[in-house]
Amino acid sequence: MSTATNEPEVVVSERVKGERRLGLWLTAPSFLMMILVTAYPLGYAVVLSLYNYRLTDPGGREFVGLNNYWVILRDAVWWNDFMTTLVITVVTVAIELVVGFIFAYVMLRIIRGRGPLRTAILIPYGIVTVVSAFIWRYAFALDSGFVNQWFGLTDFNWFGDRWSALFVICLSEIWKTTPFISLLLLAGLVQVPEDMQEAAKVDGATAWQRLVKVTLPNMKAAIMVALLFRTLDAWRIFDNPFVMTRGANNTETISFLAYRQNVTLVNLGMGSAISVLLFLSVVAIAWVFVKGFKTDLSQVRGD
Amino acid sequence: MQAMALRRLKGRLLPAIAMAVALAATTLAGCSQESGTPTLTWFINPDNGGQEQFAQKCAAESGGAYQVQIETLPNDATAQREQLVRRLAAKDSSIDLMSLDVIYTAEFANAGFLLGYSPQEAADLTDGMLDAPIETAKWKDTLYAVPFKSNAQLLWFRKSLAKKAGVDPTSDTFTWDDMQKAAVEEKKTISEQGARYEGLMVWVNALILSGGGEILSNPEAGRDAVPSMASEAGTKAADIISTLANSTAAPADLSVAQEEQARAVFQSGDGMFMLNWPYVLAAARGAVEDGTLDQSVVDDIGFARYPRVFPDTPSRPPLGGVNLAIGAFSKYPDLAKQLVDCASTPDNGTQYMLDEGEPSVYASSYDNPEVRDAYPNADLIRQSINDAGPRPITPYYVDVAGSIINTWHPPGAVNENTPAQTDEFMSAVLQGRRLL
Repeated sequence: MSTATNEPEVVVSERVKGERRLGLWLTAPSFLMMILVTAYPLGYAVVLSLYNYRLTDPGGREFVGLNNYWVILRDAVWWNDFMTTLVITVVTVAIELVVGFIFAYVMLRIIRGRGPLRTAILIPYGIVTVVSAFIWRYAFALDSGFVNQWFGLTDFNWFGDRWSALFVICLSEIWKTTPFISLLLLAGLVQVPEDMQEAAKVDGATAWQRLVKVTLPNMKAAIMVALLFRTLDAWRIFDNPFVMTRGANNTETISFLAYRQNVTLVNLGMGSAISVLLFLSVVAIAWVFVKGFKTDLSQVRGD
Repeated sequence: MQAMALRRLKGRLLPAIAMAVALAATTLAGCSQESGTPTLTWFINPDNGGQEQFAQKCAAESGGAYQVQIETLPNDATAQREQLVRRLAAKDSSIDLMSLDVIYTAEFANAGFLLGYSPQEAADLTDGMLDAPIETAKWKDTLYAVPFKSNAQLLWFRKSLAKKAGVDPTSDTFTWDDMQKAAVEEKKTISEQGARYEGLMVWVNALILSGGGEILSNPEAGRDAVPSMASEAGTKAADIISTLANSTAAPADLSVAQEEQARAVFQSGDGMFMLNWPYVLAAARGAVEDGTLDQSVVDDIGFARYPRVFPDTPSRPPLGGVNLAIGAFSKYPDLAKQLVDCASTPDNGTQYMLDEGEPSVYASSYDNPEVRDAYPNADLIRQSINDAGPRPITPYYVDVAGSIINTWHPPGAVNENTPAQTDEFMSAVLQGRRLL
């Protein structure tokens, strides 16, 4: 698509201009729909975040400006949840990238049993996150879980401590979303020209050299896109902590905090401010990837 | 200015949303409005069918004036509240009647979610009821709900061990300190609810009220209420909890124990005392029938009023229960009042106590021979409910309880500074200076 806005200025013919205009017209309906569906709630959340407002105390509603943000950013609860979210994001995305790449490579290279293998790899991704959270919760549960039995940990309570609970949460997250990352990486792997590989082979490059010097640079775009999507996804993690620990033992994430303020405490002012901060952090992550690492979202499709 | 902009924004969007909702409603409503009889919807807390039975009986007695449809809410009170708040904030007219946990009545009333009663109606409806439950149904001197069932924690003890230790828990002046000393001497435990949940709030609240203190000095002020835990009563409450938690009398699972874990420890060989709701006796008898508990254990169980904090101040036992409240947006408020009137009779209170094991709010229920047969402690329960200390009646109850649960858990870490810290944290949370 015509995303080449920051290419060096070239003479643009009338025909290209016309095509661009047509493109804009064609995307307009979906663009408008997006604005309607996402911009209104977003704008409303921004307005709400400037108030001290409880759903159950409509009379006590008062305008407090940016005070909610000031309170949140100085509060230990926010930074604690921020760190938890950061740990989960970094750990899961890093592991998923490596495992996902291995899966993608196997899916590409395997000749016999390709269908069953691909299905096996992709099944976890087809499972609803809440269901997968329950599966892992029961597996590690004290009373009904098999994990403790297998490893002879008689009464080790996985969800009773911050780090062991985060371990299970990350494990579940990795199991569930590695297929997604490996699919994106597979798309990138397919694009690496086979003749380049052969040329490198002829020049005497080892397998490792071919991987680092040929394969990875050629699929950088796919890797960056996969990283971007997964980071954004992991940053908003909610289901796993909600199902497994309900946020106990310092396992609350930012989304969970927003949920608790908005839904449990019906503290709409504070909750909206947290939601806005979460949104801004998502924008920041996307910006770093797109501008900082020069991720070109259109390249993954092989344009 | 902001509010105006908001209103303008709403003005434009609301018609569109309303239309979409109306369209959906017309397609959905087709099935429920077949007959001309108004249908009242009653949102109940899950039980074994007792409320539904009353509903159908009342509908039948109304002579076709109304039908009742039962909607069951989630199991725990927090989830029930979340669902009801969401619906009521959107002015849901399908909530005619709801069974509301006592701790949330003030919040709902203050938000304008509930229909209030006139003083005359209130006097008629609560005639013959025990005092403490009526308190929980009032907000700023207006009755907003009708007590439906109640509950009060009692002190449970092993008669043989108490005798061995030479203490009489049924004595009027039996205190927490006496209990602590006896349990340590006998190398047995005191079971309490020390997990990070509402049960911990129940415990702290009962200790502070029993010590003559208050959690909030002016709960009606909403978010400007002043916490008053840093007092003689607060210090003593912190002392009792930390002494117990750091002594041999604390069960190993105190910091994660809820009602059922407490009961399990009490029934085991380690148990000597337990603070818990009256259901535990029926549950122990059930365990005997199932063959998981020895009859001798049940025979050894004694009961007494919640222990005192100071020898000269009567205790205020923890109070639980459910109130019946009418939704402020109900289309049939008068019919809903009829249903409440019909469902909350003394006879129903007695029957609910017998069928569902939930204590009645009527004093007279406890004189019923069948009740006295099923509850050897009927008089004690009645007295405990009447004298019970409700948890703070404030629209910000969730924040108040959350602040206490956050700062008083784990029980072993409570110390003499805890009450003052709680005061500071709670008032910061109420005023939006801290996150909960």
